[in-house]
Amino acid sequence: MEPQGVQIDEIMERYPDKPEYLIFLLQDIQASYGYISAQAMQLACDRIGVPLTQGYSVATFYQSFRLDPSGEHEIRVCLGTACHLKGGQRLVEDLERRLNVEAGGTTEDLRFTLNTVNCVGACALAPVVVVDNEYQPNATSKKLEKYLKTIDALAGVEAKEGAHA
Amino acid sequence: MPNLSTALKMDPWRLQSGEELNRLRAQIIAGRDPQRPEIIICHGTGCLANGSDKVAKAFRAALEGKGIQAKVMPGIKTTGCHGFCSRGPLVIIRPQGLFYQRVKPKDVEEIVDHTLVHGKAVERLLYKDPSSGDLIFNEGEIPFYKLQQRIVLHNIGKIDPTDITDTIAAGGYQALAKALTTMTPEQVVAEMEKSGLRGRGGAGFPTGRKWRSALQAIKKKGRPVYVVVNGDEGDPGAFMDRTIMEGDPHAVLEGLIIGAYALGAAQGYLYVRAEYPLAIRHLEIAMHQAREYGLLGENILNSGFSFDARINRGAGAFVCGESTALFTSIEGKPGNPRPKYVRSVEEGLWGRPTVLNNVETWANVPLIIERGADWYAGLGVPHSTGTKVFSLVGKVNNVGLVEVPMGVSMAHIVEQIGGGVPDGKPFKAVQTGGPSGGCIPYSLKDTPVDFDSLTAAGSMMGSGAMIVMDHTDCVVDVGRYFLRFLEEESCGKCLPCRLGLTRLREILDNFSQGVGSEKDIEDLTSLSQAIQDGALCALGSSAPNPVLTTIRYFREEYLAHVQEHKCPAGVCKDLITYGIDPERCTGCMNCARQCPAQCITGKKKTAHVIDTHKCLRCGICKETCKFDAVFIS
Amino acid sequence: MITFKIDGQQVKARPGWTVLETAREHGIEIPTLCFHPAVSASGACRLCMVELREGTWSKLVASCIYPVAEGLQVHTDTERVRNVRRWVLEMLLAACPASPEIAALAAKYDVVRTRFTSHDPDQTCMVCGLCARVCDEVVGLSAIAIVDRGVHKRVGAPFAKPTDICVACGSCVTVCPTGAMQAIFDSVRGEPTTALTQLAAQ
Repeated sequence: MEPQGVQIDEIMERYPDKPEYLIFLLQDIQASYGYISAQAMQLACDRIGVPLTQGYSVATFYQSFRLDPSGEHEIRVCLGTACHLKGGQRLVEDLERRLNVEAGGTTEDLRFTLNTVNCVGACALAPVVVVDNEYQPNATSKKLEKYLKTIDALAGVEAKEGAHA
Repeated sequence: MPNLSTALKMDPWRLQSGEELNRLRAQIIAGRDPQRPEIIICHGTGCLANGSDKVAKAFRAALEGKGIQAKVMPGIKTTGCHGFCSRGPLVIIRPQGLFYQRVKPKDVEEIVDHTLVHGKAVERLLYKDPSSGDLIFNEGEIPFYKLQQRIVLHNIGKIDPTDITDTIAAGGYQALAKALTTMTPEQVVAEMEKSGLRGRGGAGFPTGRKWRSALQAIKKKGRPVYVVVNGDEGDPGAFMDRTIMEGDPHAVLEGLIIGAYALGAAQGYLYVRAEYPLAIRHLEIAMHQAREYGLLGENILNSGFSFDARINRGAGAFVCGESTALFTSIEGKPGNPRPKYVRSVEEGLWGRPTVLNNVETWANVPLIIERGADWYAGLGVPHSTGTKVFSLVGKVNNVGLVEVPMGVSMAHIVEQIGGGVPDGKPFKAVQTGGPSGGCIPYSLKDTPVDFDSLTAAGSMMGSGAMIVMDHTDCVVDVGRYFLRFLEEESCGKCLPCRLGLTRLREILDNFSQGVGSEKDIEDLTSLSQAIQDGALCALGSSAPNPVLTTIRYFREEYLAHVQEHKCPAGVCKDLITYGIDPERCTGCMNCARQCPAQCITGKKKTAHVIDTHKCLRCGICKETCKFDAVFIS
Repeated sequence: MITFKIDGQQVKARPGWTVLETAREHGIEIPTLCFHPAVSASGACRLCMVELREGTWSKLVASCIYPVAEGLQVHTDTERVRNVRRWVLEMLLAACPASPEIAALAAKYDVVRTRFTSHDPDQTCMVCGLCARVCDEVVGLSAIAIVDRGVHKRVGAPFAKPTDICVACGSCVTVCPTGAMQAIFDSVRGEPTTALTQLAAQ
């Protein structure tokens, strides 16, 4: 993925060169690039003076960090208790079948990344699925299918336009 | 998102004293017309997810073309969560205080026309009392609100959390001014001790005593000392702290500054879950504005006291709610709990004396300082004073956020305020305390909800999640759910937790498949004891609680799985079969089309049949059927 | 000197010692796996749990990190202690079935069978982290670390690739209590950029 208007050097300048800013840097890198490449991690670690092993330990410890490019769309199925009782797990299994990918993975065409999340705190709307930061309240397999189709259709149009241009 | 300067509706005024704060407050209030119509639109996460931002947009568009006189032009205010999430999006029209629920953008024209122009209520959007059928016009008269005592949540839903002047008008920072100008740090700590406030994050340690210990540690080790907000609310089903941070961020900040003053801290940290971007945004705005008004930073209110704070975004780790893991995370490392037998008041962040309290605890501080410890201690019950905010979720009619005095009964919360279980039957159990807590069965519904009574019942207060379960929820499944959750979230450092949780879960997996014995229940109990005794931190040592309480109260249900090979709740996939009731099936073919295994057959308009051998038991047919024809046996 | 009791026996310790150090000084046996005197204690394996008692109050603590204090009543072989030890060893037998060291330790405490099935018959590593700690604290390189979290936690070099930081000093292999590091070592070692002699000169 291309950086979205932010250069890595600019991110490095944002914080003082202290080890405590490691997580800040990795978060900002991920926000700009969608994932943390080995090179970006090395830069961040060198900048604040910690061994690469610390960067790697941190990036693999916390769930929000990704070391591989993620899909164009991120689907996060909430598995908080309320969502679990109202069938969140069923939605995960259904999406896994539909997208042919395991939770945590990205489809081969890099269109979708399927993740689970331990409670987004929107329990009144259980079960909740968050697609690209858009909440889908009271989600059902059918509603999701429909929604993902709209995204697909949009992508189809974009792809066509892209091909013409 | 408005940028910070436009979010400010008044020119900042660097306040030099408590009197100046009062003068500013009076000026803000005087500048407002109490009779001016105002449209309050809930922008809590629940309402936002249901489209309340679109409702706000529709109001703005609708008002533009109305040619309403500028003098009576209604203001539009977006606020934090009102708490009645199952009825969102919520809209309140002032000055009448009309309460509209489930408002959609298409309803907006009618509200503008009927209510704002003609002063009449749109009846179909009002709340109808389910028992009497009466229409209720005002928020405060709805039983869900009427039965609560909202103190911590008092301002939430009334103020615009992104505008400090709204907070100041509502009395914000009065407690800080009082502490800085009329109290010594020692008096602040004494007041906190006297209030009896206990930490709202889980274990319920007395806050005043914690602060006192920190003072003693400072005497030994000197400063710096740090104050930290634990906003890493990770318990699934809990969203109290999120609501407070989003809806009244200044309350948390004010509490923190008072704490810093009491302890002589110059630097504070707010550790907030990454999953709460709106809370982070609102806290950032609040801190920026507080600095501009001289309420945070150098020489606060010209008192000579300086303090500043910064936000650390969590990166997705439940275990960072544990105090020492939170500290290592702030230090930029993996959030492993520290293997030390030293209290964090003595050796916390960077090895320095540190006071860590959770969001709701900090938000209680200004209330105690402003209204006095005696007032506060008079709320609740003797060993659990004050109120507690709960998130009431699961199989309950009125899903939402509830604040009640400590000591009211479980039944009062679930049945009176929550309106009971949707199908009208008694609830089966209430899960409190998240993954560290337990299940309180219906037979104990009169248990007072306070720290000690919940612990005596085998559960715990935790941060305040209350998940209501009904007869279609299986205790073995719930046990497996929490264990799987903690397996994912364990830091993995100590063996009892890393190995033990998986092994407990595997035994429960067997139960869910009908495999197991009485001996396995003994092993579950004994292994649970080993994990409680052996784990390094509270995540591990409390992890067996959901299993232990369900064994204690629902042993027969465990045994039914392995002796009769039945899941009485109809949840465990390996012990159930799906079928279609030919009497009810209309042959609409909806289920057959949705079935991923394509194992439902039947012609149009004739009853369908499920091939149980091919069935995946995914439940999509049951979810799809509009005629309730799919059953589980 | 600090005086307290372990299993009824009066013992003396210097301030700053742990219960484990004191016990070993006095020849009292407490099992450990993740402890090594050359590096900081991590309190991870929990085999060294002991029970503190005072009247009716009692609590289990990890002796490798518990600081000594005047008048402590430490018990190393109570029912609760044995229960933790037994379950940890039983789970270790299933987690590291290929480690003779673990089998021997378990047998010493009468654990010869496990009720659990093994997920990996060749596994020997129980992720105690001694290797990473010695690499960081003693060698000063941090070529390897504990990565990932929870049940996925493991020892390795960043991005699971051989690392040029490793100087092949073998310290990790030496401290490994289960014989696991020998196998991991070869997957970690790349072309060293620092020579051992350079390191010694620092």
